[in-house]
Amino acid sequence: MRRVFDFHGGIHPAENKQQSLTRGIRQAGVPEQLTLPLSQHIGAPAQPVVAVGEQVLKGQLIAEARGHVSVPLHAPSSGVVAAIAERPIPHPSGYSAKCIVIDCDGRDQWAPLHGVADYRDHEPTQLLERIRAAGIAGLGGAGFPTAIKLAGKPGASIRTLIINGTECEPYITADDILMRERAGDILAGIAILRHILHPEQVLIGVEDNKPEAIAALRSAAADAEPGLEVIAFPTKYPSGGEKQLIEILTGLQVPSGGLPADIGIVCQNIGTVVAVRDAIVDGRPLISRITTVTGEAVAAPQNFEVLLGTPMQYLLDLAGFQPEHCLRLIMGGPMMGFTLASAAVPVVKTTNCILAPSASELPPPPPAQACIRCGLCAQACPASLLPQQLFWFAQGKEVEKLEQHNLFDCIECGACSWVCPSHIPLVQYYRASKAEILQQRHDHEKAEQARLRFEARQARIVREEQEREAMRAARKAAAEQRARQAAAKGSEDDPVQAAIERAKAKKAAQQSGDAATPEQQAAAQLDALRQRLEKSEQRLAEGRAAGEQEKILVALEATVQRLREKIAAAEAAAPQPETH
Amino acid sequence: MPLLRISSPHAHGSTSTASIMRQVLLATLPGILVLTHFFGFGTLVNIAWACVVGLACEALALALRRRPLGFYLRDYSALVTATLLGIALPPGSPWWLIAVGMASAILLAKHLYGGLGYNLFNPAMVGYVVLLISFPVQMTAWTPPRGLGEVPGLWQALQACFLPAWYDGVTMATPLDVLRQNDGLLLQDLWQQTPQFGRWAGLGWEWANLAFLAGGLWLLYRRVFSWHAPLSMLASLALCAALFYDGGSSASGGSPLFHLLSGATMFGAFFIVTDPVTSAVSVRGRMMFGALVGLLVYLIRVWGSYPDAVAFAVLIMNFAAPFIDHYTQPRTYGHRKPRGET
Repeated sequence: MRRVFDFHGGIHPAENKQQSLTRGIRQAGVPEQLTLPLSQHIGAPAQPVVAVGEQVLKGQLIAEARGHVSVPLHAPSSGVVAAIAERPIPHPSGYSAKCIVIDCDGRDQWAPLHGVADYRDHEPTQLLERIRAAGIAGLGGAGFPTAIKLAGKPGASIRTLIINGTECEPYITADDILMRERAGDILAGIAILRHILHPEQVLIGVEDNKPEAIAALRSAAADAEPGLEVIAFPTKYPSGGEKQLIEILTGLQVPSGGLPADIGIVCQNIGTVVAVRDAIVDGRPLISRITTVTGEAVAAPQNFEVLLGTPMQYLLDLAGFQPEHCLRLIMGGPMMGFTLASAAVPVVKTTNCILAPSASELPPPPPAQACIRCGLCAQACPASLLPQQLFWFAQGKEVEKLEQHNLFDCIECGACSWVCPSHIPLVQYYRASKAEILQQRHDHEKAEQARLRFEARQARIVREEQEREAMRAARKAAAEQRARQAAAKGSEDDPVQAAIERAKAKKAAQQSGDAATPEQQAAAQLDALRQRLEKSEQRLAEGRAAGEQEKILVALEATVQRLREKIAAAEAAAPQPETH
Repeated sequence: MPLLRISSPHAHGSTSTASIMRQVLLATLPGILVLTHFFGFGTLVNIAWACVVGLACEALALALRRRPLGFYLRDYSALVTATLLGIALPPGSPWWLIAVGMASAILLAKHLYGGLGYNLFNPAMVGYVVLLISFPVQMTAWTPPRGLGEVPGLWQALQACFLPAWYDGVTMATPLDVLRQNDGLLLQDLWQQTPQFGRWAGLGWEWANLAFLAGGLWLLYRRVFSWHAPLSMLASLALCAALFYDGGSSASGGSPLFHLLSGATMFGAFFIVTDPVTSAVSVRGRMMFGALVGLLVYLIRVWGSYPDAVAFAVLIMNFAAPFIDHYTQPRTYGHRKPRGET
């Protein structure tokens, strides 16, 4: 028997999973209209590639990935693009965002699909490209682009692939039912992931409150290649958190601020694995998912295979929604899910559950009392934090203390709030504090950038001014030098005559230069440069002797240096007359 | 359809502050019954009167602070303080003594610091120590236990509490006091010559301690608090007693068993040291807190000038709790070392 580890803390809330497991997966069908947010994943929103009024087929690309951390979007059914505009989306803040709206024609007609006959004939990079092109983002809840997670860090080898079938949130059964009904697809998906990652071992982690799912996986895994294990472990929330599951299965902890890949582990959700299989074997992009619809305010709780973009209201009605009993709608589970502003928002890639509890089932929270520092929260915290201390510091806005007590290691699982006898909404305090600190950091960073920009500009202005001054000084010195030379010559000759002679000589040189060969021109140029160098060196020496200003000397030195370089370059470039 | 917009978690466990407080109250019952059996109805009268004064003080403070009365009175915290102080006071204490103690506990120790959850010191122990320092005569006047004298009935207890100067002369030193004063007799002889001693510790006291132990174990079973602080306190007290127990010479401080079953040891370990508000937070912190309380209890009992040391030991450690917290932060998931120092 393999050793199963434990993590600190955790709680045992009422599971409430049976209600939605009395029926099998039901096809939700095609609603009249689908609303597809361009951002159903972490990263840059996709970019529409269809126009309003355009006819689209099921599975056709309608928005392409923009940037590295992004995935494309496909039409979940055939129809006409009705709008590309802002629509309310499922988001904790009740945002609207840009969506592609498709009026379905009801024919549900597929675009041609190109599956892969045998994935083993393909390079991992090709398969990753297909996974990316199929628009797969993690179906567990966070929605991280799967191809990026699988590609991992360059150089980091993956020893362990963990398949997360834990589903520790109460009420949600989407993964459970998928494991029961499509264990074969899961194993097929895992085989593809093994081909991509070449891990030493594959661990499928399932909580022991899903005996049917465990049995189905084990029987499907019987034919699988060795190195794969289905591991059941005691039910405890939040075992399904990636970090917690890794600790349960391997005894290792992901370093704070790091990734599982840092310790040679990649974690994938059960639903994601099936989506990978569909994308590779069938060539089918991610256009549907399994979603649990449950709670006492629906007459028939169950799991649906639902097209992305389907309005939640449509799905709730299929399950016999009784709005008069319902005070709040939750996307996700009761521990980490968020409340929705309305049932009109669409199902997206991360919608694993729509929970419609009755008022008595999940009553509004009672008013908070004072923290009595009972420490139940610290006992429940899976990250081994001290929630009551964090609460204290959050109230006092003690940013330094919050960071020192590792606020950012909080996974917001809500176990602390769940056990708190004083009903303090602890997680809300942590979220608010995190947001505040991030905002502060952002502001600080911006201010820092502005400061650097300003300083760079000031330095540039000073430098330019110095250069100009050095040039002026150099010109002045040159003029003086010329005047002195002229004065020296003038004692022997008539200066006017000398000037005329020089001008004549120059003109003659120019005229002869026109007719001169390139070699002669180069030689003349070189001579001129050498003369200038000589003069500059002389000036520099004089300047040094006269004790001129530092910046003038620097400028002169620079000139000398530049001339030397030029001469060297000219010598190197000049055709050698001797060889002719 | 107007929908509630609140953030997760949406579910909540079944514990509440009031239910925790109620369980603590329930757990004191065995100890109270044994005290009543051995020392008469004085303890019950103490508790009842302390509850009346406690609720009145709580209501007054809440009214002055403009807080909703019903919401806060229903958290049972004032009743817990009143019960704990009522148990700690000598049976038959006069009404004004109890009133002064409760007023100190609720008004001074609790509400001046901001009410439940904000107090730095255990209110019941503050009340107790205020009285011990201000009225040492009344505070050390314990009635003799059943078997050594007449045990007052309910009517006598009420008279003792509310009628002036009815009750005097029938008090005696507690076994801890007797032991501390002893400087001539071997422990064995002391045990035989002094009627206050029972089989393991003081007559009656040993049973009261066992009853509080039973209540405490029930609270542990109910997971109202963790075992760390009480166990470490008892262990450290027993260890100190064992280290300095020389087999029973006249200079001996008493055996470990004697210390575990004397005075307020069990009551302190399970009902005072476990007060979450004023103790350390983390598991390691609580163990340290408990161990240091145990050490202080022994030091004060044997070499200090007050026979019953739990109240002082707890208050002194209340001072140290934030300091302990600072250095006992647990290692967070994914971190190599616990962080502590700023």
